[in-house]
Amino acid sequence: MNFLALLRIALRALAVNKMRSALTMLGIVIGVGAVIVMIAVGAGAQARVEEQIRSLGSNLLLVMPGSTTSGGVRMGFGSGSTLTEDDVLAINREIPEAIAAPALRGSAQVIWGNSNWSTQIYGTTPEYLDVRQWPLVSGRTFEPAEMAGAAKVALIGATVAKQLFGAADPLDQSIRIKRVPFTIIGVLDVKGQSMMGTDQDDLILVPIKTARSRVLGTASAARNRTVGTIWVKAADGIDTKIIEEQVRALLRQRHRIQAGADDDFSLRNLQEVMAAQEASSRVLALLLAAVASVSLLVGGIGIMNIMLVSVTERTREIGLRMAVGARTRDILGQFLVEAVTLSLIGGLIGVALGMGTSLAIAELAGWRIVISPQAVGLAVAFAFVIGVFFGFYPARKAARLNPVEALRFE
Amino acid sequence: MLIHTRELVKLYRMGGSEVHALDGVSVDIDEGEFVAVMGASGSGKSTFMNVLGCLDRPTSGEYVLRSQKVSELAGDDLAVVRNKHIGFVFQQFNLLARTPALENVALPLVYAGVSGAERKSRAMAMLKRVGLGERTDHHPAQLSGGQQQRVAIARALVTEPLLILADEPTGALDSRTSLEIMALFQELNRQGMTVVLVTHEADVARFARRILVFRDGKVVQDEHNEAVAARGGETALASA
Repeated sequence: MNFLALLRIALRALAVNKMRSALTMLGIVIGVGAVIVMIAVGAGAQARVEEQIRSLGSNLLLVMPGSTTSGGVRMGFGSGSTLTEDDVLAINREIPEAIAAPALRGSAQVIWGNSNWSTQIYGTTPEYLDVRQWPLVSGRTFEPAEMAGAAKVALIGATVAKQLFGAADPLDQSIRIKRVPFTIIGVLDVKGQSMMGTDQDDLILVPIKTARSRVLGTASAARNRTVGTIWVKAADGIDTKIIEEQVRALLRQRHRIQAGADDDFSLRNLQEVMAAQEASSRVLALLLAAVASVSLLVGGIGIMNIMLVSVTERTREIGLRMAVGARTRDILGQFLVEAVTLSLIGGLIGVALGMGTSLAIAELAGWRIVISPQAVGLAVAFAFVIGVFFGFYPARKAARLNPVEALRFE
Repeated sequence: MLIHTRELVKLYRMGGSEVHALDGVSVDIDEGEFVAVMGASGSGKSTFMNVLGCLDRPTSGEYVLRSQKVSELAGDDLAVVRNKHIGFVFQQFNLLARTPALENVALPLVYAGVSGAERKSRAMAMLKRVGLGERTDHHPAQLSGGQQQRVAIARALVTEPLLILADEPTGALDSRTSLEIMALFQELNRQGMTVVLVTHEADVARFARRILVFRDGKVVQDEHNEAVAARGGETALASA
């Protein structure tokens, strides 16, 4: 008895009880649909995290000044001013596998012609672009003379370019930051959102000395050469943990911190932060997978239940088939194909439903989704396995019937 | 010799006690015979029928069908024997619901591994032979009881079996239709088909040429139906 004949028998049997077949499939439809949605959303989130890692730049360390205490109130990291430009120079000099760049941050109103925009101003060095792996789409970076002479030149982010200039070319235009005129010498490439969801392209880079004296700084700050944060990038192939320890040792030595005393700065390994975030998203995916598995399991049990009912209802038919020459494997195959047909049709409907739902989520919630052929294949394969697994017991029960008793069954 | 049984015994255990459904049955049936098996319910006639039809195995004893010792076979081997050599006709017809007559008739050929086109032509020929050549697409629900039984008989014939086993084939039919069905069996027998028929009705048994009577698992009477043997089926029809 060939497979096609079995399939025809199965389809006819399922067509006899259309409503029942449809309801039986429902569990599998929902289970497979959930798997598809889960994988689509999970893969989308994964892709976003990976994109953020790429946009932030890989192998990054972030050094922030330590906390200050003012009248017994501890202000938290970043409130102190323990880091200086000399620390940056020292890292670049002493640790060849690392590049460091300072950042002195503030916000300011920027004006060009009739338009104005409020944005972040970063005082930094040309190394910043290397550390963040941030290319320019046009123009050039700061030159040493501009750095030393506190030249009024600026590199602008893509968002600032769009907001201020629209379609116009910002290169060589003069903008005013806090009423000080700056010449735009370059435009940064698009970076996209940060991990926290802020727009990384909404910024202007200026030489750190310029920032300190012209935009953000006070007279005292200009003297002590402090910086807000230091970005450190480990060279490719070097473990960020090793660089982290080297930077820590160097800064402790430079700041003359006794053994056993606390650091007067904080060091964050962004790689690890992101790895943790990735791990937590994986846990979430596993949780969703567990939920989907449960619904598939319940769907499978539903199939088994209905197949058992079907075997009982059709006991005489089974007896007759045996009387006219059906062998054990013919009966087994018939009911197994029926169960698998149920679960596979359910699975295919589930795939369609899951893809539709995923697209709807992408459309309505604006989430990123990724529907991979592997996920679809996996879901369908899962439905198939469930059909075989939960169909086997009823099918075996049918195949083991005694023909005499089956024919006499009322 | 088509059927040869020696000392067939079938034991059932029912709540600790043993019941001899068959208690040493030795019967020979030749090719071309028309045998009616009679007896009260519980006499063992159905068990005998099931053993002859290879649906059930005897506890002991020997059953040879043509030259094959089928009492030694089990499981799928018996299924093959049933498929090739035995045609069943049941009281309740046992047709597949919502399935056209043609496919019902072709069912045994599906299990014999016959190709689709050949199945169709052979099933068609059998439906014509039982007088239903015009109703091949009808489902069982669209056919009368007598027509359904004719479809069942066509199904029994389609594999060209060695014998037809009919278990109370007229039990669910009115008397007029019963006569038609019995006439059909008689006609098939005249064409050379061996027919074994289980019934408890004397009117039905009268169509057979030989009558076996069972009681308590034993054959208590085995005689030729002289009336039929001498005068042919028409007489039985007329007198029924």
